[in-house]
Amino acid sequence: MKIKLQNKIAINIIRIIAALVVVILLFLLGDILISGVPHISWHFLTSASQSFASGGGIGVQLFNSIYLLLLTLIISFPISLGAGIFLSEYAPKNIFTSIVRMAIEVLSSLPSVVVGLFGFLLFVVQFQMGFSILSGAIALTFFNLPLLTRNIEESLRAVPDLQREAGMALGLSKWRTVTRVILPEALPGIITGVVLGAGRVFGEAAALIYTAGQSATNIDFGNWNPFNAASPLNLMRPAETLAVHIWKINSEGVMPDASAVSAGASAVLIIVVLLFNIFARIIGNSLYRKLTATK
Amino acid sequence: MSIEKYDFNEKNILHFKQDKHQIAIATHVLQVYYGNKHALVDGDLEFERYRITSLIGASGSGKSTYLRSLNRMNDNVAKVEGKIIYRGLDVNSSKINVYEMRKHIGMVFQRPNPFSKSIRANITFALKEQGLKDKKKLDEIVELSLKDAALWDEVKDDLDKSAWSLSGGQQQRLCIARTIAMKPDILLLDEPASALDPISTSKIEETLVELKKRYTIIIVTHNMQQASRISDYTAFFHMGHILEYGKTKNVFTTPQIRATNDYISGNFG
Ligand SMILES: Nc1ncnc2c1ncn2[C@@H]1O[C@H](COP(=O)(O)OP(=O)(O)OP(=O)(O)O)[C@@H](O)[C@H]1O
Ligand SMILES: [Mg+2]
Repeated sequence: MKIKLQNKIAINIIRIIAALVVVILLFLLGDILISGVPHISWHFLTSASQSFASGGGIGVQLFNSIYLLLLTLIISFPISLGAGIFLSEYAPKNIFTSIVRMAIEVLSSLPSVVVGLFGFLLFVVQFQMGFSILSGAIALTFFNLPLLTRNIEESLRAVPDLQREAGMALGLSKWRTVTRVILPEALPGIITGVVLGAGRVFGEAAALIYTAGQSATNIDFGNWNPFNAASPLNLMRPAETLAVHIWKINSEGVMPDASAVSAGASAVLIIVVLLFNIFARIIGNSLYRKLTATK
Repeated sequence: MSIEKYDFNEKNILHFKQDKHQIAIATHVLQVYYGNKHALVDGDLEFERYRITSLIGASGSGKSTYLRSLNRMNDNVAKVEGKIIYRGLDVNSSKINVYEMRKHIGMVFQRPNPFSKSIRANITFALKEQGLKDKKKLDEIVELSLKDAALWDEVKDDLDKSAWSLSGGQQQRLCIARTIAMKPDILLLDEPASALDPISTSKIEETLVELKKRYTIIIVTHNMQQASRISDYTAFFHMGHILEYGKTKNVFTTPQIRATNDYISGNFG
């Protein structure tokens, strides 16, 4: 009887805590969305920002965020994939492997502002890359790499050894077994991880302030030559992202409608990150169903 | 009941005197070590071609260890010494192309492990990896191997469904089909029916009896009825030693070794 009561109390406490988390989250989201959504308009999403006048938009910042995210994924995904495959399938149990693991662990626990500062000192100053999209993408890679590597390693590990034996017993080499059997089965988990990571990268500000910079130079959306300084694709131009823009407006914004722009931009940011999370779920689930045909 | 100590030197192992061509694969003083643990001692068996041989014995007696050595699936976990003679070659030699060898010596595992692909792709996958592209030829092999595994009638309309949509027994037969699609000589099966219901089990057994016309089959089983129903020869494993090997009928009715007798009459294991 006593045990039953204890059990009941414990379960209810857990329920209350869980409910509390949900309520806080809903409150936060609701607050940001309610104050921000009314400011979102097509004009707001597509026009350039204003430094002193009102009526500025977030078009350039939005583009910068997306472009930076893509670049970051292009750099970090292949590296993480290689590292993840190595750690899960090939890494012998020795000091080298432990050091790699520890490095990943440390890297993933570094505060993003430290990563940003490191990127500033090394890439922006030392390598003279200046405040640029490339510097920002590299900083974000440092930020994304450990998470992605661990996600890929864990997704691969989750595939039962039986599958590896199946491949080997049919005369496939280890490498073919990994790439043709194990990797496809781990794909739903990997994609979910990539998209969730993308959400985090999209909202990251601290690592970018001193790397991609805080200015949204006017870019010419009619010019897609990546070597032209005014081109949106140019890697060496400074690029303020949405998250950095929000931070900047709130710390030194002087435009008359600063609070409205900030609220609108925050709402857009939240919506995009939410979309990433929902996408991650949908893609992961549907891929999983496709692979296992449990539909 | 305490486990009795048996004399491991007392053995009764059949050696074939007839034409050596009748022997599909043989091991000579095979030793397997997991670290310091000597898990298989002096494994010395010959397997007759186009026959089913059962490996029986208590849990942990070394049956899987022995079986997995035959196609070198233990390469990364264990140290294997001794000779495994297949077509005049020593399979255990470092010069052997392991991947090529495994196409000749196929293996089916205890738990069904189809790939997360369609039924068809499960069979064509390894063939395509080998470079076979001809669609007609692939379709032909799919049909033949599924028929051989007695699965064709059940799945012929659903070849593009995922293999995971099949029942456990069907999955296991698909794994057998996938293995024989490689046209192996020898089929190694490690308790292929132990995770299945009785009906699926008897289907697998029928399949194996049919397959032995063209394949040499070595099967690990815990099920003594199964061993006596389907196998021509039986080897009895005990604590890493092979103590008795002979015609199944003889091993089950007139075992020559006390340990064998105790095991098959259910005194331990
Ligand atoms: N990968 C391994 N590492 C270390 N020891 C192992 C390993 N695999 C098996 N062993 C040990 O080797 C011995 C023989 O094991 P094996 O799996 O061959 O037995 P088995 O006869 O197949 O048993 P079962 O009927 O339970 O499958 C056991 O003592 C087992 O603990
Ligand atoms: Mg076993």
